[in-house]
Amino acid sequence: MTAASLLSVQVNSGGLDLAASGSWTAEHARALEPQIEHASRVDPSVRRIVVDVTQVERLDTYGAWLIERTLRVWSSRGVEAELVGLSGRYNNLFKKVRAGQQKLTPEKHKRTGIVATLESVGRTMTAVGSDLFTIFQIAGALLVAFLSIVAHPRRFRFTSLINHLERVCWNAVPIIILITFLIGAIIAQQGIFHFRTFGADIYVVDMVGVLVLRELGVLIVCIMIAGRSGSAYTAELGSMKMREEIDALRTMGFDPVEVLVLPRILALIIAVPVLAFIGAMAALYGGGLVSWLYGGIDPKIFLSRLHESITIKTFAVGMIKAPFMALIIGLVACMEGLQVKGSAESLGAKTTDSVVKSIFLVIVIDGLFAVFFAAIGV
Amino acid sequence: MPRSDDAVIKVRDLAVDFAGRHVLKGVNLDLKRGEILGFVGASGAGKSVLTRTIIGLLPMQAGTIEVLGVELSKASAAERQAVDRRWGVLFQQGALFSSLTSGKNVEFPIREYLRLSPKLTTEIAISKLEMVGLKPDVYRNFPSELSGGMIKRVALARALALDPEILFLDEPTSGLDPISAAEFDHLLLTLQETLGISVFMVTHDLDSLHRTCDRIAVLSEGKIVEAGNMEVMLASQHPWLKEYFHGERAHTDFQVAIKGRRVTEKRA
Repeated sequence: MTAASLLSVQVNSGGLDLAASGSWTAEHARALEPQIEHASRVDPSVRRIVVDVTQVERLDTYGAWLIERTLRVWSSRGVEAELVGLSGRYNNLFKKVRAGQQKLTPEKHKRTGIVATLESVGRTMTAVGSDLFTIFQIAGALLVAFLSIVAHPRRFRFTSLINHLERVCWNAVPIIILITFLIGAIIAQQGIFHFRTFGADIYVVDMVGVLVLRELGVLIVCIMIAGRSGSAYTAELGSMKMREEIDALRTMGFDPVEVLVLPRILALIIAVPVLAFIGAMAALYGGGLVSWLYGGIDPKIFLSRLHESITIKTFAVGMIKAPFMALIIGLVACMEGLQVKGSAESLGAKTTDSVVKSIFLVIVIDGLFAVFFAAIGV
Repeated sequence: MPRSDDAVIKVRDLAVDFAGRHVLKGVNLDLKRGEILGFVGASGAGKSVLTRTIIGLLPMQAGTIEVLGVELSKASAAERQAVDRRWGVLFQQGALFSSLTSGKNVEFPIREYLRLSPKLTTEIAISKLEMVGLKPDVYRNFPSELSGGMIKRVALARALALDPEILFLDEPTSGLDPISAAEFDHLLLTLQETLGISVFMVTHDLDSLHRTCDRIAVLSEGKIVEAGNMEVMLASQHPWLKEYFHGERAHTDFQVAIKGRRVTEKRA
């Protein structure tokens, strides 16, 4: 059956005869549509139109709709439109298609240009505001949960804490050691390469020591953890939210913050300082190794120089930041997870948000700490 | 509706292992053109496994499945896709794509397979939504904004998008209130009459079985133990069937109703 023979058009004294034949089905719909639209435009002066479907062998919703649409187009122009020759077995189908209203309420008008840009800026700003509000809200809920645990220590989910510690701390050790080791090595290599021109290669030890212990060790670890564990938290809580598991907990009289959020964030607060320490050591080791092999600084000299250049304060300044950053990563991850809506897309969007926001906030906090320590003269 | 006796689905000696055990051991089953076949069995008897095997989501160990004259295990990828176009599947939870609106869900197969103009695609999608008893405005709703019954209807509209010859329904009335379930049954009968589709329906709903099904097949211990109309089911001596159709949940007015009145009632 070629598409050409599906419809024949005849104009006669003020009337239009359309004769349909063959298979008016889904697989021919693509060919049928332009034909029938063309027929609707052939002569706007006709007073009467007849669609004859006697010769149609097969009809489905696609064919029925195309015919019905033509009839509607002509009727709306005030032309008398008539359907003839519909066989009994397609009567019901036609009735069903004809019952459709096809009326869609028009979509809300979308703004364009500068107004749209301004609107989107405004929406982003209010979103930032409401994010800030939510993060304080969840921090408050966390504090309440923490205090009630302190009052009733037996309620604390110790197994859950250990489980999360294994996942965010123990399992993260190899990758943290590898990354920080490489970072330490790269800093040392670059330092030696440039300091050598001034004959100041020995100061590389100071640079590696201060940079790693004060800033980079904890920062690199936090960025790794935000990507590794923060995203996992968001995805877990988000899919639990989607499948109503969180609502189930609530109806059984449990506080989701106490059961799900508290153990996770506590695990992070324990894990990040530990990992930051391990990371700092690995970075120093990497720096020392490169200084020795590439810069010719003997390990003994490296160690004694390190001993002179850094104090316990340098180390403390780095470590004291770790739990705060862990708290921020955990809060953002859980907040985003609990905001997941029904769709798979929203889970993906929230997980992305979680990682982006927690890395951003970690760097902001690092900056605030730098200002604070400068002010108190450490 | 003229009804010929040819089978659109022929399952022969089908054996399927799932989760380390033999779930199906030699299943023989026919779905005839234009009929609604109700498929029952205890929870865990392998109803879903059989359905998923027929539609090609699970591998089979032995036997043959012939759908619309094509033997699926021997079909080429192109033949296979041609068959995919001619059936529609309604999953138990609807399985709507959560990132698309209802309308885009229904349009998805149309867009992929038929390449019609956007205008006609949208019109067909709205027409399908109206056919399953929804308002056109549902077109713009996301699945997360719909109730359970509406999700099932949208999913049915999507299953019907390409005007399939066979429709697989996995517990279509589960999770619906009795009124919605009755509407669904009515809808199914209308669709069978208007489109002439053959329906393979897994269900636990006795009322639904009674109202819609031409034939019922029963799966137990990996085999089809009984197949036939409601009278055959009621007369069966199989212990599980006796419990199923005469047990506590099979309420008495229903049992009275089915005796002899079913055929007339159904077509009324």
